[in-house]
Formats: sequence, C-alpha cells, structure tokens
Amino acid sequence: MTDTTPRKVVALSSGLSQPSSTRLLADRLAEATVADLEDRGLEVELTTIDLRDLAHDITNNLMTGFPSAKLGAAIDAITRADGLIAVTPIFTASYSGLFKSFFDVIDNTALIGLPVLIAATGGTPRHSLALDHAMRPLFSYLRAPVLPTSVFAAAEDWGSSAGGDGLPSLPDRIRRAAGELAAAVAVSTRSADVKDPFELDASFSPVGGYGAQ
Amino acid sequence: MQFGIFTVGDVTTDPTNNTTPTENERIKAILTIAQKAEEVGLDVFALGEHHNEPFVPSSPTTMLGYVAAKTENLLLSTATTLITTNDPVKIAEDYAMLQHVADGRVDLMMGRGNTGPVYPWFGKDIRQGIPLAIENYALLRRLWDEDVVDWEGQFRTPLQGFTSTPRPLDGVAPFVWHGSIRSPEIAEQAAYYGDGFFANHIFWPKEHFQRLINYYRQRFEFYGHGKADQAYVGLGGQVFMAKNSQDAVNQFRPYFDNAPVYGHGPSLEDFTEQTPLTVGSPQQVIDRTLTFRETFGDYQRQLFLMDHAGLPLKTVLEQLDMLGELVVPTLRKELEAKRPSHVPDGPTHQSEIERMAARQAAKLVAEADDEARSAVAAEATRAGASASPSTHTGAAFGIKGA
Repeated sequence: MTDTTPRKVVALSSGLSQPSSTRLLADRLAEATVADLEDRGLEVELTTIDLRDLAHDITNNLMTGFPSAKLGAAIDAITRADGLIAVTPIFTASYSGLFKSFFDVIDNTALIGLPVLIAATGGTPRHSLALDHAMRPLFSYLRAPVLPTSVFAAAEDWGSSAGGDGLPSLPDRIRRAAGELAAAVAVSTRSADVKDPFELDASFSPVGGYGAQ
Repeated sequence: MQFGIFTVGDVTTDPTNNTTPTENERIKAILTIAQKAEEVGLDVFALGEHHNEPFVPSSPTTMLGYVAAKTENLLLSTATTLITTNDPVKIAEDYAMLQHVADGRVDLMMGRGNTGPVYPWFGKDIRQGIPLAIENYALLRRLWDEDVVDWEGQFRTPLQGFTSTPRPLDGVAPFVWHGSIRSPEIAEQAAYYGDGFFANHIFWPKEHFQRLINYYRQRFEFYGHGKADQAYVGLGGQVFMAKNSQDAVNQFRPYFDNAPVYGHGPSLEDFTEQTPLTVGSPQQVIDRTLTFRETFGDYQRQLFLMDHAGLPLKTVLEQLDMLGELVVPTLRKELEAKRPSHVPDGPTHQSEIERMAARQAAKLVAEADDEARSAVAAEATRAGASASPSTHTGAAFGIKGA
C-alpha cells in the first residue's frame, strides 16, 4: 500500500545577495531531499522561502506584532511542514540577524516536532561550528528535532573535488543530510494534523478552578 | 447600535512642533474630549487604565465621575479595566459607586493589560494573566450579584460574610465587555457569562478577529444566552479625516510615522491596507466602517480611537465634530436599518434590567419545570407506569403543541 499523502518540505534561505550561495545550498539540499523521498515512493510538495523578500515584513512584524499576508503565508508553510531545511550565512560568529528575526516572530510552540536540517555558508571552514553552537540550540529551544548531520559550505567547497582530500565532498554531505531528513519526513504526520487554534486546555474553566464558585 | 470613542490617555510629543503636553494639560484635555463626545452626539466615552508612563489615566473612576457630572446621556466605559492586577473587591465597589453617581450610565471593559512590569508592581505574576482574569472576574461577578459573599480563591485573601457596597444600582450590575486580541480563553469567558466581547482590532488584520469573534458568538449560543448573532460584539476603529482625503493623509502622516506602537514600522499605506485604520474623507470612513458589519456581523458598539500619537486637542475636537456630524449619523442610519429585530441593540442600564429580569424568569421556569418533571417522575414510579415524563406537554414542559 502506497502512502499518497504529499509530504510538505520547506527550504528556507536567509542569504542576502542575489544570486546567493546560501540559496544555492538550500536548493541542492532540497533537491536531494525530494529525490530521496521520491525514491521512497512518496509525493513531495516543496516550498522555497527567501527571507530577503520578507525582510521589511519581518521588521514590521517585530514592531506591530502581526505579520503581513505575505509573511503570514511563509510562517504558515513552516508551521504545517513535515520537514524544514534551514540555511543561513554565518555573520559575526552566528546565524544572520534576519534569520533570527524570522524565528523571533513565529510562535515558540509552532515548530514543535518539526524535523530540521541545518546548513550554513561562510567564507572559510573555520566558521563551521557556528552550526552546532548557535543554530542547533535555537531549534532545540523551539523543540524542533535537529538531524545529526549539518552541512557547512565554505567558499572552497564549491570547487573541491569529490573526496580529493580523503574527506566527504559537499555533494556527499548533502546526500547524507538529505537522507536523514527524508527518513524523518517520511514518517511525519505534521502536515496532515489539523490544529484547532481555539482549543482550550483541558483544565480550563471559565469560572476558574480554585474554589471561586 | 452605540458609537463612541476610547482613549488610552498617552502623553505623546506632537511631532509637528515638538511640544509635549503636561500631565495636567493632558488630563484636562481628556475631560474636554469626553464632554465633546456628548456634544457631537456620540453615545459612549471609554477611558483606559494604565500604571506606567507615558499614560495618565491611573484612576479612571475619578475622571469618569467628573464626566458623569458634566454630561446627561453619555455612557461611561473603560478601555480597559485591569482585571488582573486590580483587586476585584475594589473594582466592584468603585464601579457600583460610579453607577449610582452616573444614574446607571456605566459599563466596563475588562482587559489583562499589556505592560509586563505592571504585574510585579502590583504583586502579581504575568504568567498567571489568564487565571487571574478568570478568578478575579468570577469573584467580581459574585460581589455584584450576591449580597453576602463567602469566597476563597488562589490569588486573594478569602472573604467571609462580605458585602460589597454600594450595591449595584437597581440590583443590576454594570454591563461587562471582555476585551482580548488573541486569547480564546477570554472569548470563552465572555460567552460563558453572556457578557460582551470587544475586539480592539485596530492593530491587526481582520481575518484574525473574524475567527475570534465567530468563536465567541458560537460559544455564546452554546451557553444558552441566545443565538450566535445575538451575542454582544464591540469593535475598535481608528480614523483621521479631512474633507479632501489627500489632506487627511498629509496631516496625519507625521503623527502616524512617530506614533507609539507602530511608528517607524510599516508605512501609512501598508497599515491602512492591513488594519482598520482609515485616513481620508468622512465618506471613506463611512464606507470602511460599514465593511466591519459585513466581516463580523451585526454588532452593538463601535468605538474610535481619536486622540493619540500627540494630536493636539484642537485637532481632536475638530475630528470629533466631523465624526459626529458627517460620519456617525449615516452609520447609525445604515446599520440600524440592516440590523434584524432579534439582534439586540447596544446594552444600557435599562436593557440590563430587562435582560436580568428575563434571565431570572427563565430560571424560575426552568426550576418549576425541573420540579414538575421530578413530581411527574415520582408519580409515574408510584403508579408503576413506564410513560416518560418528557411526553407531557404544556408551558412548564416546553410547548410542543397540544
């Protein structure tokens, strides 16, 4: 029996330049994840989000407390996804401010249980641990499980030969990370779950529960 | 349908001339604005309550008591009364007193407050915001509805044999609105008590409030207070007018760009598109406000925010002239004509007296019904009959035809 429910995957890039190597990495990861899921006989709906297009909306949301329609659609897509590919450039030892601001305007319970593949770009490989000391804890706080393999692409990675130095090449690492994400997405029911935004806590009483009556 | 204004009472620098009113000037301006509301034919003046700068109204019943003495017909309300950090006993006393002073021209809007430190300043924990709103209101209700109250809760010292004085005017508590911009718990609370729900939707897109208000309406019906479209809904609004709409935009833009909350954020154009803010001609304000009814259903109260962001008193009074002369009469006529007869008008002291009497009568009928049912059941048991009491008909059983 084949599962015909399409799995929803979002690829998020917070690269600022156009064209952007961060977007390039997000696209390679998305492509590999989709291919892996299709090999498993699953249908995939891929949404790609460039935070650059939402930069003003994100700032406005920080100030007014509500998202514009365009930003709201991006937040909804991530909230209801089965898997997230989150890619940021490393700026000043961490994820970019725009990347952080985007997650600051999302409800802190909205991403619970969302499998996340984290990836980053930077000038040199010396920034690669930012993935583990900055990005991983951000998603841990949001209770979104982060997959073990993270992918860092330094400028030189785009030109290194496969396995030339005895280490896995960028395409190898992309395939490995995508495989981990695909395995988690394959068993996810997140996008099929219907959430009632007005669901009250079972213990809630409109008159209070402390002998008020 | 009731039309009015609400003020948060902010002291804000006028960005066009860099002058800031003193606290005294702002307080006096608010009192002038309230009296102007009656003069231009509005129905309601609602005052905020704040305990932090730059807001001045920390003591709403003092100001509303003054307005009560200076006006004849204006309904005095709050926007909002802090149900979380105030002692419900003091709210019960203060507003019952105001009810007597103002001959019943009083209602309240409950809110949780939006300034974090106010909770600890008043000895409360902001993480308990919802439980405080729920428990404090449950006590407030009893203090108004029952003459002698024994009470014990989580957040306040117990009460034994306490009578809140004065008793509500004519034995009927002020009508209560519950204001919320995102919490279904508060919509649920409003529905449970058959109270009003006020959605101050001026900063947020309408789709969000449409869902919240629909939820309140459905729960109002669930709790047996009437049909969903008979629930009491109030809405916020924010307008700035000039005869020529481009003049309105030019005059308001510096205030918008520097306003508390959204200043230096979205553009005026984006904000007017995304929220109910309307900057333009009186006709544009009329057209926009009429869409509220299409979005949220027939509603009972429309309050406009007119005096914030450093607008000078003179401008605010001119705006109120336009609102009273050119906008509200048309809105009143159009909305009244569209409102079906079974949908209640805006609540007043008189309508509350009638509603409470009807509620009391319904309760007596239900009790008589229960008694009759148990008497019939007892009779049936004695007679060994298997007939269900629900086959009986008549007024006490609900009329099902002869």
